[in-house]
Amino acid sequence: MAQQDATRLTRLAAAPTERVLEIDNLAKQFDTPEGPLKAVDDVSFAVRRGEFLSVIGPSGCGKSTVFNIIGGLQAEFEGRVTIQGQPISGPHKSIGMVFQEESTFPWRTVLDNVCFPLEIAGMAKAKRHDKARHFIALVGLAGFENRYPAELSGGMRQRVAIARTLASEPTILLMDEPFASLDEQTRLLLGDKVLQIQQQLSQTTLLITHNITEAVQLSDRILVMTFRPGRVKRIVEIDLPRPRTSEIVSSTAFGRYVAEIWGDLREEATRGMQESEASARGGKG
Amino acid sequence: MATQHSTQSSWAAALFGFAVLVAATCVVEWMLRLGLLNRYIVPLPSEVMLSLPRIVIEEKIAGAFATTFLECFYAMLLVTVVGILTGILLYRFTALRAATETWVAAAASAPIVLAYPLFLVVFGRTMTTIVMIGFIAGLPPVILKTLEGLAGTRRVLVDVGRSLKLGAWQMFAKILLPAALPTVFVGLRLGLIFCLINIVGVEFLINYGGLGQVINDRAERYDLAGTYAAIGFVILTSVLFFIVTERIERWLRPQT
Repeated sequence: MAQQDATRLTRLAAAPTERVLEIDNLAKQFDTPEGPLKAVDDVSFAVRRGEFLSVIGPSGCGKSTVFNIIGGLQAEFEGRVTIQGQPISGPHKSIGMVFQEESTFPWRTVLDNVCFPLEIAGMAKAKRHDKARHFIALVGLAGFENRYPAELSGGMRQRVAIARTLASEPTILLMDEPFASLDEQTRLLLGDKVLQIQQQLSQTTLLITHNITEAVQLSDRILVMTFRPGRVKRIVEIDLPRPRTSEIVSSTAFGRYVAEIWGDLREEATRGMQESEASARGGKG
Repeated sequence: MATQHSTQSSWAAALFGFAVLVAATCVVEWMLRLGLLNRYIVPLPSEVMLSLPRIVIEEKIAGAFATTFLECFYAMLLVTVVGILTGILLYRFTALRAATETWVAAAASAPIVLAYPLFLVVFGRTMTTIVMIGFIAGLPPVILKTLEGLAGTRRVLVDVGRSLKLGAWQMFAKILLPAALPTVFVGLRLGLIFCLINIVGVEFLINYGGLGQVINDRAERYDLAGTYAAIGFVILTSVLFFIVTERIERWLRPQT
């Protein structure tokens, strides 16, 4: 316990407070055949340097909309998003995105996939190969450099995508449910890998997820969103010791956080389910 | 170990394919000898085999083969360049696509070869006429498949490019085109089939040379075995083009 406290105190003392990403009064409305749909409304939060922040919410709370806006893929929105003080008006080199869907290039080897952002940046071949090999090793895929994505498992492919994003050395790593298509065991083990990398690189990370366990396992803070329109319901500080591994999921404190967040989410998820059912009934009628 | 296994299974597949061909030929031979098929319409496969040396010597088949091969090569070169570029244009300009896609699809089923008098008027009784007919016939599938391949590129791959701030050319060259390549090659293979059928057809009709003319000469002399042997050389041309296409695809996308 004393050791845990010491670790926590060390972490808190070292915790930088510089805000690298700030979101103020973010709102986004989509035009649908059924009329305007407000996806997110009045969302404000900040991400500090080196922090791991997760955004969690029920399906339809606008998590992916927030991801696309921060990543610069969604140009029109209300409010203000700034990275290190600069407002976002499109994709930004400070942000590296890892997508929910499998996003490796099937025609490129693992090495060439990871080299991709470096190639685009115009880095010399030898240098980019060296750098790519470093990140491949970091995600635990050394020895697979010359394999094609089709020869790898889903978890390995997602690690290639993470290595490719890290290779561009982004200020903020933005991940949208990167483990959603993986089984629970792979998800936990990949969580370990992400934690290890995040701690090793002090990588500021913003994770969009609907998985409570994953969010508690990885995060310093968790932002809970309401069902549509997505608003910030609550921000939970996760005061679990670091370095963490997936073993933490069996601790009492971990269970308490999961229960607490589920308590917040349950109401929203129920509302989401009820609205979906009502909408389906309306559509049928 | 995996590579050795893969090589073995590809050899086994090739052997099986060849065995099926031999078996089918034997069945046809047997049906003809039993009188189940009319020998005045279909020659004995054994006679076709035996006529091969005769055809090679009498009809100077190497020259005819080279002519058809060259015509097909020129036509396919045009098909590849124009077809892929047109597909890209239709992908890039939605209005152009909406205006022309149906017409391009309709052109794929048009019997272009029957319009040979028009081509003769425009290009004369030259190789250009044959190449142009092959080119026009092979164009629609390449355009349509290029368009399909580009439009079918997974959204997430485009988003990866967007997140890395790729320019329009980089997005095309580094993501869209490689992603579309397998579908483009399907179009090229279909284009090749259409192209070769029409080239041999027009050779047959205008007696300008090539394998089509050999087939015509033999058919007019009622040399059924010779006719079928010449058709065999058309198939050989097709096979050679397919092998080349496959090699190019493997070179461009080694994992396919």
